[in-house]
Amino acid sequence: MNLNFTVQEKDFQQEVQQFLQEKLPKDIAEKTKNALHLSKDECNQWQKILYKQGWAGVNWPVEHGGTGWTPTQKYIFANECAKAGGPDVIPFGLKMVAPVIYTFGNEEQKQRFLPDVLASNVWWCQGYSEPGAGSDLASVRTTAVKEGDEYVVNGTKTWTTLGQHADWIFCLVRTGEPSVKNQEAISFLLINMNDPKITVSPIITIDGRHEVNEVHFDNARVPAINLIGEEGQGWTYAKVLLTHERTGIARVAISKDRLVQLKALAQTSPDGDNKLIEDAIFAQKVAQVEIDLLALEYTELRTLSAISTGQAPGPESSILKIVGTQIIQAIDELYVEAAGYYAMPFVPHQFHDDFDGQSIGPDMATNSALRYFNNRKASIYGGSNEIQTNIISKAVLGL
Amino acid sequence: MDFSLNNEQQMIQDSVSKFILNDYDFDTRRKILASKTGFSQENWRLFAELGWLMLPFTEEDGGLGGSMVDLMLVMEEFGKGMVVEPFLATAVMSGGLIALAGDKEQKDDYLPRIMAGELQMAFAYAEPQSRYQLNNVKCRAIENEGEFVITGQKSVVLNGHHADTLIVAARTSGATNDDNGISLFLVDANHPSVKREGYANVDGHQAADIWFDNTPTLGLLGELDNALPAMNNIIDKATLAICAEAVGAMEIAHQRTLEYAKTRKQFGRTIGSFQAIQHRLVNMFIEHQQAKSILLMAVLKMDSNNGSDAKALSAAKSRIGKAASLVGREAIQLHGAIGMTDELDVGHIFKRLTTIQFLFGSTDAHTKRFAAL
Ligand SMILES: Cc1cc2nc3c(=O)[nH]c(=O)nc-3n(C[C@H](O)[C@H](O)[C@H](O)COP(=O)(O)OP(=O)(O)OC[C@H]3O[C@@H](n4cnc5c(N)ncnc54)[C@H](O)[C@@H]3O)c2cc1C
Ligand SMILES: Cc1cc2nc3c(=O)[nH]c(=O)nc-3n(C[C@H](O)[C@H](O)[C@H](O)COP(=O)(O)OP(=O)(O)OC[C@H]3O[C@@H](n4cnc5c(N)ncnc54)[C@H](O)[C@@H]3O)c2cc1C
Repeated sequence: MNLNFTVQEKDFQQEVQQFLQEKLPKDIAEKTKNALHLSKDECNQWQKILYKQGWAGVNWPVEHGGTGWTPTQKYIFANECAKAGGPDVIPFGLKMVAPVIYTFGNEEQKQRFLPDVLASNVWWCQGYSEPGAGSDLASVRTTAVKEGDEYVVNGTKTWTTLGQHADWIFCLVRTGEPSVKNQEAISFLLINMNDPKITVSPIITIDGRHEVNEVHFDNARVPAINLIGEEGQGWTYAKVLLTHERTGIARVAISKDRLVQLKALAQTSPDGDNKLIEDAIFAQKVAQVEIDLLALEYTELRTLSAISTGQAPGPESSILKIVGTQIIQAIDELYVEAAGYYAMPFVPHQFHDDFDGQSIGPDMATNSALRYFNNRKASIYGGSNEIQTNIISKAVLGL
Repeated sequence: MDFSLNNEQQMIQDSVSKFILNDYDFDTRRKILASKTGFSQENWRLFAELGWLMLPFTEEDGGLGGSMVDLMLVMEEFGKGMVVEPFLATAVMSGGLIALAGDKEQKDDYLPRIMAGELQMAFAYAEPQSRYQLNNVKCRAIENEGEFVITGQKSVVLNGHHADTLIVAARTSGATNDDNGISLFLVDANHPSVKREGYANVDGHQAADIWFDNTPTLGLLGELDNALPAMNNIIDKATLAICAEAVGAMEIAHQRTLEYAKTRKQFGRTIGSFQAIQHRLVNMFIEHQQAKSILLMAVLKMDSNNGSDAKALSAAKSRIGKAASLVGREAIQLHGAIGMTDELDVGHIFKRLTTIQFLFGSTDAHTKRFAAL
């Protein structure tokens, strides 16, 4: 057992640092550091830079253009990115649909879709949830009925993150007869959204943003060659995807960096004639989250180490989502505390590049409540924390 | 001991409650928020007509009582509707300061207009560096040939944008965080030397940052150099008001979540049938009940001590802050994604419950104050 990086790993770390210093656009880094949202163009700009470097497909197999990195390298990359303000890639293409396509898709699909995903030429979104199918995902009601060499799709997907930017959507749809048991009726279908039979309508969230959407399919016709694998196997593919990639789900690297920044902020934030960091209660709360995060980091490292020695991820990996999101939310709350009164003004217009009016409070402060509100989602999506808890209790504890 | 309401108190509660139910539903509130002023002038006139703007004042001052019980009754109901009209800023804080510190002439001038709903006011005390320390005042008032002029910045002044007259806490002597040397001044908000940048807060309430640049005053309010006790008194009263508001808001948050858990189905059954969810709903309920109890404790102690009991108040703010945090977060979580939408009221209740946690001193700040007293 040891903690040290090898010589090669240290070299890799330097290579990543140098890349970030040279290639990461300063304005994108600055926004990411301030937890501000990036535009579609900014996301694509950064992902194309990664692509040029050959680092877009962090988890992809090498044959499809992946990095072939070891878990330690992925760990180093995530940490260096967080420190430098390199944003997370939008997961729907690179981290969600791609693994399904390269694992379960046919040759034609791999060639048709993967290069554009890797190069961030197309924007993907995830069409799983429906108004009636949230935690109980297997109860999706959107239907795909085969007519000749097409599927006719009807139904409503919802909470579709950044669907307003998307060119394609990957969906769980029902292909079986209504009588077929839920799980066995579900198929995995790739749908081009450039179709007047598909409408995307915005849903505004409590932070005042348009991040999620409702997507309606009204007799949309989808070529049958866009079906992944076999009809009725969609649930299996989706589940493999969910359990496949645990790395990074805890977002340890980003939380670490946000804590470093929070402490720096508390060093300079006035608390009357003192600095906020001198407030013993605040300092202790920060320390408590930091200690929790250390434990989580080592839970994640245990998972990584198990994978790297060829073992399947152990039960500790199921903890990553729950604790990771608890920590994200606790850090958000501390930012709000640090902001004090300046957490209150709702002034998102002043975060825009072209804003030249009178700024109210520091951006870090006026953004803090919005961030806190927005990240309530962390314990809801991707399988809510209650559902994760149920999984641990059934699959790990045998209850 | 008797915790029941007398006839007059019951009438107040009924009338505010009826208004919230009939005239302040969520859609109406949305329209009010989207309007130019961000609150309803019509409601304001109605508050005056119904005598609610007289409630924070004693009969001696021309009001209807001024007890903490009255304040609690109004604010708890306001909390249920998330009322954004500037009752707190104009009537409770500014009116309260004038009633507390003003001379007869000032009272006669301002209080009737406040109670008639003809005057909007705001109390400007917080500054970018001060956080929750009321004694930390940098904004200066300098005497020049017998007249004071004010220079400095005030942060997140509630109702600051719509106020006709401001009460400004300014330093007339001493260092930034001295307890002595702070004075209150009445200031014409529309004076050209006053720069106001207005905005809505995340909870829908109107506020402004305000800059003064050699701004003349309309007069000193209360004693020179000795404003801190009055400021403490009024901020405590305002704190009690938002504590009551939080208790009302929590009741609705819990109620909505309970209703939702009984109707939302997943896995072929209502989510309220899962024990994991049941226990969470029970915890929300317990938090709300504990909050209601400690609010009552503070109200009764303050009323029996001339309207002020800092230790009891800080106990209430601390405990209610903790409850508000849990109830607000759980309301969203148990609703799932729909709880995060702008369209539903729970998300808005959550936001108000969030700001109440640090308005007039965070939960921790009040825990610390409680321990120190
Ligand atoms: C901001 C945001 C972005 C999203 N983006 C996407 C996206 O891009 N694509 C997509 O497909 N989906 C997306 N989702 C949807 C997300 O996956 C669902 O919200 C999630 O699965 C929960 O479903 P629900 O919201 O319908 O809540 P429900 O399933 O109705 O759950 C309500 C509450 O009940 C609890 N609960 C439910 N069942 C049980 C049980 N058996 N035991 C204990 N507790 C239970 C839940 O944990 C929750 O607290 C997003 C959601 C949010 C908030
Ligand atoms: C110090 C002490 C003094 C006592 N004195 C007396 C006495 O004077 N007279 C007397 O008659 N008894 C007495 N008791 C017994 C006491 O009433 C029982 O311990 C209690 O009723 C719990 O029963 P149990 O210990 O069998 O635990 P169980 O009922 O077996 O419960 C075990 C655990 O499961 C939980 N649990 C059980 N059912 C559910 C459910 N449906 N949902 C969720 N959780 C559940 C319980 O909360 C507990 O955590 C005493 C116990 C103690 C510890």
